[in-house]
Order: sequence, then structure tokens, then C-alpha cells
Amino acid sequence: MRINESTLVAAPTETAWRYLADPENYLRFLSGITHWEVVGDRPNGLGARYRILVRVGAAEVGGLIEMVEWSEPFDIAWHSVTGVDHRGRFRIREEGPGRSRIEYRFAYGVVGGGIAGILAEVAAVLAVRGQMRRSLRQLKRQLEQEQRRLEVERAR
Amino acid sequence: MPGFLRRRLSSRLDARLEDRDPDFIREALPLLWLLSTFYFRAEVRDLGNVPADGPALLVGNHSGGNMIVDTFIFSLAFSTHFGVERPFHQLAHNLAIAWPLAGGMLRKSGTLSASHEHAEAALAAGAPVLVYPGGDWETHRPSWEGNRVEFAGRKGFVQLALDAGVPIVPVVSIGGQETALFLSRGAGLAQALRLDRLARLKVLPISLALPWGLNVGDFAGHFPLPAKITIEVLPPIDLEREFGPNPDVDEVYQRVTAQMQDALDGLAAERRFPVIG
Repeated sequence: MRINESTLVAAPTETAWRYLADPENYLRFLSGITHWEVVGDRPNGLGARYRILVRVGAAEVGGLIEMVEWSEPFDIAWHSVTGVDHRGRFRIREEGPGRSRIEYRFAYGVVGGGIAGILAEVAAVLAVRGQMRRSLRQLKRQLEQEQRRLEVERAR
Repeated sequence: MPGFLRRRLSSRLDARLEDRDPDFIREALPLLWLLSTFYFRAEVRDLGNVPADGPALLVGNHSGGNMIVDTFIFSLAFSTHFGVERPFHQLAHNLAIAWPLAGGMLRKSGTLSASHEHAEAALAAGAPVLVYPGGDWETHRPSWEGNRVEFAGRKGFVQLALDAGVPIVPVVSIGGQETALFLSRGAGLAQALRLDRLARLKVLPISLALPWGLNVGDFAGHFPLPAKITIEVLPPIDLEREFGPNPDVDEVYQRVTAQMQDALDGLAAERRFPVIG
């Protein structure tokens, strides 16, 4: 199952990239997230690994993920290593001066389980899509706040 | 019990840790998730209180008659939180393990027949183990006593934790006793029929349950009502640190059951209606 959501942000791509490249920020804007922990020595960048958990329905799902794409300032992508099979991507593109479009792509699959697996995959769409939309709303709010703070700092 | 039957039964109860099958558990998760999310509207809180690695003795209150939905919901939550790769075992009544089809599935899920030795072996292997000291006595209590922790003075879990040197993690659940109308444990009936000697059964429960109507024994299980299930994991209790080098079993038992009862009272206070939650 693949879900795409996007939002327009009143901040340049550099600001969006800086924010998304910092693993500490994920706990602040990802909706439903209950755990985000750096695993290993590398805090970010290609090959960085995190243990994440997100509440979906009655369970916290997640596991170990690894960053598989780190193209500054455009794309961050990850794949699951353990836990529910999934891959995700934040795609940052300029949309006019001082504005960016951030696309959040998420694809997941339920391994096995027969009909129940298919049903669970479909049933989770609403919950996952809702969380992605809430995450993007929070991300937009925080990025625009960050941009205003930067502008005030520059004006001093 | 005739000798051949006893031998057959004991071979079925010979649980091995390696019977647990992570792939089987992974494939069962979607169905468990669907049922837990949409049918039981389940909520499992504070799983982070289970130590992130190593063994621990998880002590739960037992509910739901023989359809122990809270156990399945907790297993789902544990497996998705820590990953199916982390070993995790539960102890179950001998009869459940010996059951032809369900027994095999339970074994693949990591369930062991209830004994001190099986629990010790699992803990020694580094796995968290979930036990229900109240067993059949607690799970068949009348529905109007659903918000009561009833271990019936069974303190073996304390000695188990002390022997293995592992923390106790209380796991409190509510809602299971609303999956049917449990009327009586039928303890007198079980005694009269000598079920205790024949099958380690202290109860012969009587309930009103789907699809049977009047359900005596609950041997074939029942179709559970969609009661909202809430489970809360309490902070771990390090016995040596909290009770000194030689903890008193009675004192630990009192503390654990009191903490669980407090938490259960809190969960009960949140509920507004039976079944609906």
C-alpha cells in the first residue's frame, strides 16, 4: 500500500532540509510516534539507523529503519530493516521564492496473514493517512515558525 | 487416569522453548491487529516499562474465561513493540497446551505449559515470561468481580522471580470479564466431580455466553462479546533493590497484588459502561 501526502510551506528548501535532517525533530512533528531512538554512532546521513515506533490502532508498529537516500537538500528516504515492512521518503522541492513543497511518501506491506493480511493492510490506510496529514500539518507549523525566527534573527 | 493417556498427555505437555516460531507469530499479527483494533478497541499502555532486553517476569491478572483475549492482545502489542525476533513466552494451563489444534498454535506462539521448570528455563534463556498466578481461579471469577485481582494466595511467581534474579513487571488488564456473563466458578461442582485430581481443575465455571447460552465448563470456549480491553504495564519491581537481599515472599506478594489492584481500580474508574468501555 502506498500513500502520498504533501504540504506547501512558507520556508525555503534549506530551512526544510535542516529541520528534517535533525533526528531530534522527528519526535516533535511525527504524529502517533511513541519512540525514536538513534541506533549506532551515526546520528544522521546515509546509513544512519533508528528504532522507531508509531501507534496504529491497537499496536505500536515499527522497528529498525535505515536511511538509504540522503540527497541534500532534496530527498531523505528510509527502508525498514526489522518490524513491519515499509519504506518512506520526504521529498523537498522549491515552489517559488522562499516556499517549498514537502511530499511525504509512505509505502508498507503486511507479510503473510492471508486474507487477514490484506484486510489489515487496507484497514490501516485510514489511520496511516490521518497520521501523515497530521504530521505534515505539524511540520508546516514548525517550519514556518522556524523561518520567522530566522528572519527576526537576520533583521537584528 | 489410565497410563497410556497419562503418557500421551505428558508428551503433549513437553513444551520446548524452540517450538516458538517467529514467522508463525508474524503471520498471525494482521488478524490479531484487526480483532484488537476494531473488535476489542484495545489499548496497551506503557509497554516501555518492560526492560528493553533480557528476562523479566511479567505478572498479569487473568480474565475472560477460556477465551483469554487480553493475552492475545498483549502478545500482539509485545511482538509489534519489541519485534517478533525477541523471545517471549507465556505460561498456560496444561489443558490448553494439550488441545490438538489450538495447542500446536499456542506452542508456536511461545506458550509453555504452566510449571516452575518451564518458566525457569525460559527466563534462563533470557526471555520475558508472562504468568497468570490467578490461573483458572481468577479467569472464571464472576463478571461482577471483574475489577478484582485474585491470585488466591498463589505466591509461586515471587519465588520464581527470586530464583531467577529477574524483575517483576505487573501487567494489569480490564474488560476480559465482560466478554461473557460469568456467573460462578463452580468450585463446589469441580470438587464433587474430582476434577482437581483428574485434570488440575479447581473450577467448573458456569456462564451465559455466545453461542451456547448457558455454558458449563467453557471447554470449547465461547464467542467473546466485543468488550473494550485496556492493558497497562506497571514499572518493573527490582526485588533485591526494593526488599533487600532476602526478600520476604509474603511482603512481595502483598506489594505486587496491591499495586496491581490500585492500577485496576484506576482503569475501572475510567470505564463508563460495561462492554462499551
